[in-house]
Amino acid sequence: MTELPISPYPALLVGLPILMATLSLFFRTRGEALVGLIGALLTTGLAIMAFVEVVQRGAVIHILGGWEPPLGILLRMDPLAAVFIGMTALVGVFISLYAWRYFRALETTTGGLPLFWPLWLFLWAGLNGLFLSNDLFNLFVTIEVIGICAVALAVLSGKSTALSAGLRYLLAAITGSMAYLFGVALIYGSTGTLDLGLLGQVLEPGTTTTFALLVITLGLMIKMAGFPFHFWLPPAHSSALAPVSALLSALVVKGAFYILLRLWMEVFGVSLTYAAGQFIGIAGAIAVIWGSWQAFMQTSLKLIVAHSSVAQLGYLLMVFPLLILAPGVTADSADWLSSAWTAGIYQVISHAFAKASFFLSAGIIIMALGHDRIESLRDLVGHMRITAMAIGIAGVSLIGLPPSGGFMAKWMLLKGIFLSGQWWWAPVVLAGSLLTAGYVFMLLRLAFAPAREKEPFRPVPKSLEVFALLLALGSFLIVFPADSLIQFLESSEVFGTGVESILKGGVHGNN
Amino acid sequence: METTSLLPLLIIISSIIPGVLILLLREEQVALRTFLNLFGAVAKVSLIGWVFAGYLRGEEYTFSYNLALDLTFSLRVDQLGLFFAALSSVLWLVTTLYAIGYLEGGQHRRRFFAFFSLCVTASTGIALSGNVVTFFIFYEFLTLSTYPLVVHRGTDKAVKAGRTYLWYTIGGGTVLFLGVVGLYVVAGPIYFGQTEIIANLISVYPTQLTILFFLMLVGLGVKAAIFPLHGWLPVSMVAPAPVSALLHAVAVVKAGAFGIVRLVYDVYGIGIAEQMNFLSVLAVFAAFTIIYGSLRALYQDDFKKRLAFSTVSQLSYIALGVAIPGVLTSTGAIVHLVHQGIMKITMFFTAGNIAETYGYYKISQLNGIGRRMPLTMGAFTIAAFGMIGLPPIAGFISKWYLGLGAVEAGSYWVVLVLLASSALNAAYFLPIVYRAWFCEPEHEVVPQLRSGRLETQALLLIPVVVTGILSLAAGVFAAMAGSPLSIAREIAEKLYLL
Repeated sequence: MTELPISPYPALLVGLPILMATLSLFFRTRGEALVGLIGALLTTGLAIMAFVEVVQRGAVIHILGGWEPPLGILLRMDPLAAVFIGMTALVGVFISLYAWRYFRALETTTGGLPLFWPLWLFLWAGLNGLFLSNDLFNLFVTIEVIGICAVALAVLSGKSTALSAGLRYLLAAITGSMAYLFGVALIYGSTGTLDLGLLGQVLEPGTTTTFALLVITLGLMIKMAGFPFHFWLPPAHSSALAPVSALLSALVVKGAFYILLRLWMEVFGVSLTYAAGQFIGIAGAIAVIWGSWQAFMQTSLKLIVAHSSVAQLGYLLMVFPLLILAPGVTADSADWLSSAWTAGIYQVISHAFAKASFFLSAGIIIMALGHDRIESLRDLVGHMRITAMAIGIAGVSLIGLPPSGGFMAKWMLLKGIFLSGQWWWAPVVLAGSLLTAGYVFMLLRLAFAPAREKEPFRPVPKSLEVFALLLALGSFLIVFPADSLIQFLESSEVFGTGVESILKGGVHGNN
Repeated sequence: METTSLLPLLIIISSIIPGVLILLLREEQVALRTFLNLFGAVAKVSLIGWVFAGYLRGEEYTFSYNLALDLTFSLRVDQLGLFFAALSSVLWLVTTLYAIGYLEGGQHRRRFFAFFSLCVTASTGIALSGNVVTFFIFYEFLTLSTYPLVVHRGTDKAVKAGRTYLWYTIGGGTVLFLGVVGLYVVAGPIYFGQTEIIANLISVYPTQLTILFFLMLVGLGVKAAIFPLHGWLPVSMVAPAPVSALLHAVAVVKAGAFGIVRLVYDVYGIGIAEQMNFLSVLAVFAAFTIIYGSLRALYQDDFKKRLAFSTVSQLSYIALGVAIPGVLTSTGAIVHLVHQGIMKITMFFTAGNIAETYGYYKISQLNGIGRRMPLTMGAFTIAAFGMIGLPPIAGFISKWYLGLGAVEAGSYWVVLVLLASSALNAAYFLPIVYRAWFCEPEHEVVPQLRSGRLETQALLLIPVVVTGILSLAAGVFAAMAGSPLSIAREIAEKLYLL
């Protein structure tokens, strides 16, 4: 581990947003926003530089303060982490730009809402820290930071719906963290280490490990709103302010997925059985169908988008059964692992872009109409064509139609499903696409329909519309560098691996 | 041998760029928009002509871009693809002219022309796709780019039709998706023309490959409007005339028919498709659709609806020709791609002209229209005779080859289907011709639109005359080198040489 090249970037990626967040606390509304925006832009630039660093040098590490683990903290940036950090930066910068304009527009009505910027930058630091963490306790700290910032952001508007939704969110977040922490304690008690790399080697299968795996998975499932723990997500994500909804849906839930993926693939291989993969897959499948159906039944735009997140996260869970191999199947013979990984990564990225765009568009519509009941979307195309276009493009990516990132994800997922012989997931993927098409085109149909009465579409800053559109386009543009991106990811140790579930003890295999 | 060339990509891009630029323009910038439109259309036709000439000299044009793992975006030029691309681009040029005239003073023209361009991009993309996945990408892109055109009028009726259209096409697309991914998993990335891959695998995975064939056939059958998947087509007639003309004569329906041609000839190979009895199933459905569409057309008084059901019927000639193996039937099927296109577009232009000039939408209103619009109705009459199959018009050639081929293959029932269909074609087209030329108008008619001494606006008149003449010329000069027939014949002969 320590022979990896040392680089300052991992530390900066966490430190810089914290610094700027703290700095912004010293200013009031406009000043806070300015410092915050500068912080966001700097962090984005830094993330890009760090990404390039990893592309050039491979995985890098940073040892905080020079204290070697287990005493000190080691941050590790491998290609997988770099991709997540890059995605957070790209999506985050557009949300930041949008937020800057959005809160300026709100100033006239609310007199400005303080604290968005410091909270968002702390959250960003937390996310970067999460992607870079290399031990179980650091991961706990980052998910706590993320959880607290996320809940605070969710209730920022101060409306009563947001507060009650926020309370539920808080409860879920705390329960999730506690479950996770309990699992970590069990692991620490039995092995005496928290380092992921070390744990992957020393962890013994047994009741304790299995139980720890169970509670950690449970905690993370709550955090990422995996079925049946999704109940807190729709109210919390739909009642928050637009930029916040976008952050929560596009980025925050992906953090929990990232940990789950890493822990299952790198640490808990010894305790995973084929059934465990299938079990998570079933939860994902139900989420896809149920979430899409719920989205289809909603009558307000933000609730549609929020329920859609439950479904889209379900697709992520459906990757797990493909990665946990059936007994007797070796990782070398499992030729679908790369497809499954690609499906997972592309689902994460394309959903981040598309969903951020969708929530930002919803915010624009609320700004223009004062509400988001979908029957008022009639003739949206005539009034706000850029927003209508953003919704259309982001929607197409969510459905998974070509040539979007969502298409790449669905293609690879379906291919992995067929190659692995687990054909029973295929109807879920297709039904999910059709249901998604159902609610996306329901919105588009209204957008094209003639207006019944003169709805007052208030004018909205054009730049807001443009940012939403750019994010939507992003969910398509990510397809073009796919080949290079996957080659880059393949240089990471974990990408393309599967867990061989042999009865009693397993080994990692590289594909 | 394999040389990478940007030309196929340029052919695709030549309509994307105008499309995107038009979307960025302001609604009032009519002149610039028209220039972009025509520039794109002319550029595309010229590029295809250029590539065609190069292809005949024996040059190869391929472009590929690896998306991820074994997912490759590939454009390849072959004769069949070029044939379809040429049809799309020429008719796009004509229809663009028509649309400029038709929509003059209309609303949301920017949006219309932008998506119109994207739709032709998809259509030429389908033509030049080198492998199955690229075909699928453009096939779905076509669905998306045509939806705004179908709902263009923005009325409740249009929006409802759009919903029907989407359910059919998205549903079909999903089935096709399943088939294409399945094919990838079973046989790997298949490039068109590599029929040996399936030939080698058919004994190993007979069930899987059969299921996949029919999945893909159903997915393609939706756009090709094969019974019982045709329901979207008559409903979509609410779209403006140029959309109906281009979409329902060329882009959408032909994408389906062309897809079936590719699936049978260039993916599975005609030998395997026949051996596995896929073709007999296709033949039955195609034959039924031919009769069914014609019967339904008989009962339509709405002009465009009658044309729509006629399209349902006529398209299945292509599928039928594919389903009966033999050089002659294949020639008939491939040439009908073009023949049906130019004849049907003439008819839709006619319907649009009459609706625009006199406000008539029903066939019962057309008494004496021929004397008021002689050129338009003259073109229509040519196309109608062609559809019925009278020599020497294009449609006769298609039917002749199909019939001859069927006799050669011993499928005499096909001849009966063709005869019955011709009789039905006559039964629903001749009354229109008769009314137009030989009936007295019931009351005084006042045109809503006039332009000097012409019977209607010049931009509406020229396209219909051009396509009318093309319908005649394709038949009269069929024997000459470079005619659609001679090209179709070459393609078909190559198929059976292998």
